[in-house]
Amino acid sequence: MAEFLQTNLGIVVLVTAQILLFVTILFVTLAFLMYADRKVWAAVQMRRGPNVVGVFGLLQSFADFLKYIAKEIVVPSGADKVVFFLAPMISFVLALIAWVVIPFGDGWAIANLNVAILYVFAMSSLEVYGVIMGGWASNSKYPFLGALRSAAQMISYEVSIGLIIIGVIISTGSMNFTDIVRAQDGSFGFFNWYWLPHFPMVFLFFISALAETNRPPFDLPEAESELVAGYQVEYSSTPFLLYMMGELIAIVLMCALITLLFFGGWLSPIPGLPDGVLWMIGKMCFFFFIFAMVKAIVPRYRYDQLMRIGWKVFLPMSLGWVVFIAFMAKFEILGSFWARWAIGG
Amino acid sequence: MSVYDFTFFLFAIPLIVGGMFTVISRSPVHSVLWMILSFLSGAGLMVLLGAEFVAMLLLIVYIGAVMVLFLFVVMMLDVDFAELRAEMARFLPLAALIGLVLLMQLAMAFGTWEIGGGVHMLDSPMGTPEGAGTHNTAALGLVLFDKYFLLFQLAGLILLVAMIGAIVLTMRHRRDIKRQDILTQMYRDPAKSMELKDIKPGQGL
Repeated sequence: MAEFLQTNLGIVVLVTAQILLFVTILFVTLAFLMYADRKVWAAVQMRRGPNVVGVFGLLQSFADFLKYIAKEIVVPSGADKVVFFLAPMISFVLALIAWVVIPFGDGWAIANLNVAILYVFAMSSLEVYGVIMGGWASNSKYPFLGALRSAAQMISYEVSIGLIIIGVIISTGSMNFTDIVRAQDGSFGFFNWYWLPHFPMVFLFFISALAETNRPPFDLPEAESELVAGYQVEYSSTPFLLYMMGELIAIVLMCALITLLFFGGWLSPIPGLPDGVLWMIGKMCFFFFIFAMVKAIVPRYRYDQLMRIGWKVFLPMSLGWVVFIAFMAKFEILGSFWARWAIGG
Repeated sequence: MSVYDFTFFLFAIPLIVGGMFTVISRSPVHSVLWMILSFLSGAGLMVLLGAEFVAMLLLIVYIGAVMVLFLFVVMMLDVDFAELRAEMARFLPLAALIGLVLLMQLAMAFGTWEIGGGVHMLDSPMGTPEGAGTHNTAALGLVLFDKYFLLFQLAGLILLVAMIGAIVLTMRHRRDIKRQDILTQMYRDPAKSMELKDIKPGQGL
């Protein structure tokens, strides 16, 4: 058995099994995260939220799933059929394949790439195609406007996300997630993580992540008050489900990214307690909770202000921060506070 | 056929098919989408050769940014592509000539190409080339930022000039339209810009 796993076919079988296991766990988790999202939202607005299907409404997401796949697929006349169905698939698949490099524990990644962080960044920058193609192929005005908005928004905020990531890469001296997390290990636990040396960038990253995943308060591509539902107006049934799941997977991925880059991944916040996958999952759930809270309590932005903040505030700030970090790390000011490659990584 | 060969063809065939359909597909949007497919396959081949950093750059820069702009332009521009296509017959001999010249140049360049010793071909295990000591991100960084630092800066300067040139050429100040001044909007004082009046019922102002 061990010999078989060393052969090419064995590696393929092993990786496929890992992927299947991971995807199954992720989908079940997504169902409950969707439920949690709605419950948080409802609690803020003093409603009950989903409470009918299953105990406390826990099975609501599964009922929704069945409803979506059982509905009729409506294709608008004049739609480009191939692109119309390709778009949600691309959106879904790209959100899913970025997970392959995310480590949940020390060495618990399906693929431990050297350029893992660039890979995740590339996949999240490709996600814009699902939106543009869907908007264009619907052959309708609202989806097209929504798609253009969304594309402009996602490209703008990618720039600042990229620059913030560069700061972390400079500090670590590596693009590997395992190295990035190991560089945050230390005897002070919580205070060793990157949120402290990269303090203002944590907030910028969080806000950019909201804009990148089209979450409220930046859900202007959907903007149901002006554009009905943006690029997904014409979608129904399973294609719509794919869009929605792709969006949710991208959000959870952003939670994982924040955890890995700034909050020490699987490291324990209290020195002495064992590190492990539970810390990683707990931190991700916490950030998902924050995402849900932001959705509930922040009013929607105006589109021109969104673009203004992206280009005129976030971009100069993150660019300046890269220069600052490069300077501090190069001359090792405050020892290994910014230059973490000295202690590990 | 080994796994490496299989993976090579998995990327090489879509690359060529994508390139072909970029030229022959009818709708310009489809052309751009096929082109994206060939870029993606190109990135896959780069990974196969052990140049994962270049592959990721190809994904981020070309597919993530340049092709999005292409798609934008093609979707929004109102160009009559049928008319353009009708002119193709006129230019076909010239295009064929240029293609032939390019093909001959490539043949002459690669005909005398010799693969030096120590270079790994596709049949060797993929991954970072051995003996480099560093992985290729660091190796590229050493070359760009240490060895050819000034040339790299110069390239950046040229790009900066091009960017400023594009902005200067396209920016025009129109004085006859109303503009928003964000700073004045933000520093408006509610006490000065708003007046609350208590209106008695049935009287009006």
